[in-house]
Amino acid sequence: MTTSTMHFKIYRYDPDKDAAPYMQDISVEVDFAIDRKLLDILTRLKAKDDTLSYRRSCREGICGSDAMNINGKNGLACLTEIKDLKQPVVLRPLPGLPVIRDLIVDMTQFFKQYHSIKPYLINEGPRPERERLQSPEEREELNGLYECILCACCSTSCPSFWWNPDKFVGPAGLLNAYRFIADTRDQATNERLDDLEDPYRLFRCHSIMNCVDVCPKGLNPTRAIGKIKEMMVRRAI
Amino acid sequence: MSKLTIPVRKFDAVIVGAGGSGLRAAIQLSEAGLKTAVLSKVFPTRSHTVAAQGGVSASLGNSEEDHWHWHMYDTVKGSDWLGDQDAIEYMCRMAPEVVVELEHFGMPFDRTDEGKIYQRPFGGHMSNFGEKPVRRACAAADRTGHAMLHALYQRNVRANTQFFVEWMALDLIRDESGQVLGVIALEMETGEVVAFHAKATVFATGGAGRIFYSSTNAFINTGDGLGMAARAGIALEDMEFWQFHPTGVAGAGVLITEGVRGEGGILRNSTNERFMERYAPNAKDLASRDVVSRAMVTEINEGRGCGPNKDFVLLDITHLDPAMIMKRLPGIREISIQFAGIDPIKAPIPVVPTCHYQMGGVPTNYKGQVVANDGTPVKGFYAAGEVACASVHGANRLGTNSLLDLLVFGKSSGDSVIDDLKSGAIGLKALPENFADRTMARLDRLNTQTGGADVNATRLELQRTMQKHCGVFRFKEMLVEGVEKILEIEKAVARTEIKDKSQVWNTARVEALELDNLIEVAKSTMISAEARKESRGAHVRDDAPDTEANPNGRDDLEWHKHTLWHRDGNRLDYKPVIMKPLSVESIALKTRSY
Repeated sequence: MTTSTMHFKIYRYDPDKDAAPYMQDISVEVDFAIDRKLLDILTRLKAKDDTLSYRRSCREGICGSDAMNINGKNGLACLTEIKDLKQPVVLRPLPGLPVIRDLIVDMTQFFKQYHSIKPYLINEGPRPERERLQSPEEREELNGLYECILCACCSTSCPSFWWNPDKFVGPAGLLNAYRFIADTRDQATNERLDDLEDPYRLFRCHSIMNCVDVCPKGLNPTRAIGKIKEMMVRRAI
Repeated sequence: MSKLTIPVRKFDAVIVGAGGSGLRAAIQLSEAGLKTAVLSKVFPTRSHTVAAQGGVSASLGNSEEDHWHWHMYDTVKGSDWLGDQDAIEYMCRMAPEVVVELEHFGMPFDRTDEGKIYQRPFGGHMSNFGEKPVRRACAAADRTGHAMLHALYQRNVRANTQFFVEWMALDLIRDESGQVLGVIALEMETGEVVAFHAKATVFATGGAGRIFYSSTNAFINTGDGLGMAARAGIALEDMEFWQFHPTGVAGAGVLITEGVRGEGGILRNSTNERFMERYAPNAKDLASRDVVSRAMVTEINEGRGCGPNKDFVLLDITHLDPAMIMKRLPGIREISIQFAGIDPIKAPIPVVPTCHYQMGGVPTNYKGQVVANDGTPVKGFYAAGEVACASVHGANRLGTNSLLDLLVFGKSSGDSVIDDLKSGAIGLKALPENFADRTMARLDRLNTQTGGADVNATRLELQRTMQKHCGVFRFKEMLVEGVEKILEIEKAVARTEIKDKSQVWNTARVEALELDNLIEVAKSTMISAEARKESRGAHVRDDAPDTEANPNGRDDLEWHKHTLWHRDGNRLDYKPVIMKPLSVESIALKTRSY
């Protein structure tokens, strides 16, 4: 038998017609020979009820569109194996951000924090004719950082980000901040550290490590944050 | 529909699409201080460029001798001589410059021991005019597209580019003279429809791989730019040419980069034979994609496929150093574990040819200006990337030339906008009366349709029809039948019905509007393919076999020309291939073998 019925509880809210959000119970026939990931099931559900709303694009875990809260834990629907899920599978929008509709959240605050760390290479030196040189070892420092897909799984699982989304940069933003600090081609390390040396922007991180637990790309924002703190200490001495 | 007024916003330039080419064009325009709007259905870093893996080509020569002229030769040969040689020369000459520029923007390329950009071998990349493989693909592990898209987005953050995120462009605005005056677009969050009135409109909307059932492409790749252009009376060029990537994960369709073979991966059939040695004795597993895909399908058709249904072949890297795999191909390992359930360090990956890339598109010149049949620019209209047909890829694209195309023509289209504004060739013209009527009527029809066709079912039928009738190998009768079927499906598309009537983030509406675009792409593809009675590059027909007079089934006498499909009456006409490069000698027609 490869088919079976799976039970879901899905957060539904359409501000155009619903007075309040509600949890909808839905069951669906699943063919384990074809359906492997949660996104396959959402596609099936949407074919039956076109009002079910969620973001999705690449369906292979690289674009970061289909982040949601799955049985209480943030993850990407396209990378979530359905066989492993406890039923009923409870699907909610990412916590801590305003819900627009169903599983779609307003990510403005999340991107605002990302933009606040100046997520671009700063090097005002004359542009060489060829590439700037960087040794394989120096380049290695960017591994585990540049792979971030901005899905927001980490920041929206972080209690510090829930309380202060406007002041605390959050794990995704800080991971990206360190991506540029760690880049030997970037010349703004001091300015970047100055910007983060703030009771809220960086120091609201209390190493709860939810971010590490949920990152679908296996990245470690806590370690990156630790390295930033380390650099601050080192330059203070 | 009576006259309906919609809000109008004015810009110097509007760019539709925020993938590689849209973002590259935006950098040119924002840094030049132009008032620019960039519209995208998704947040920029979610665009499908993000999924490119293997590399971006440039003859940097970081590991061994290379030359842009060799790159040009490979591209012309890869295109099966259907590519325009002026555009190909331009792209290959510009490659080192735009790749170095990308590095300066912050792209985290892998590095050689000397600290230069790391380069790996790739299909069809050869030194000395086709002699032996050369390392030309500049890579960031196997996440080159992701690294590139983020670097381009980051540069736009620096340049303060104005983005309209999660806006879907619906139609092009043209006046009576044919000049393009902007687009009408839908804000997904609010359902609001707004006109973006601009002096210049740049299409960077990407491809339409979702016309096929089995595709490496993202859900969003629905050919919106092609649909909009076709509805506005712009002909689509060479739409019969679709690339089937040799290595999509069997069943899932997810891409496995050619870089795997570049790093030493080997394709094997059920007898464990390295079968590419028979089909391409010189380049073997690194022959051009069309050649490898056909070899794989031939192996499967002749009973040498693997698995219980003998319906895939194996991509084997178990003989390679695990440390190298972890360093150079970490994403591939992740994908194999996720989508094939195997660790490629221990077991080979099941793969099948999967629809990947559209070589055709909106006709442009190498400056990124959209051109009419006679080569004159359509005023105010530019296009770059997969939506455009410059034509650099001709009948078959070389791996890594797509990312290069985005950089080169994204930049050149931006520069053309700047030049045309400066010279006064384009300016803000008044919007025609009733410019939004057609779009509003389409939306109104969709909102009020009852007893109509189901969007999901109709799209599935379209995809299955394309897959069955217009695949890796094409058959005369199947193509004729395919045209009939697609025209039948078009009728269903005209009466799609959605249950969701909400104004807020209505994805059902978006999918129905995307289907309006998919059908235009499907029609242009099937009709152009049925008409082209030869085999060339990715278009191979049973009634155009390999003969002495026409090696590989290619008929240069009759068919060495570009197809142009017009939506109006499904009319086809043709235009010559540009054989004259910009500065070097023409690369003469020759039989293609690897």
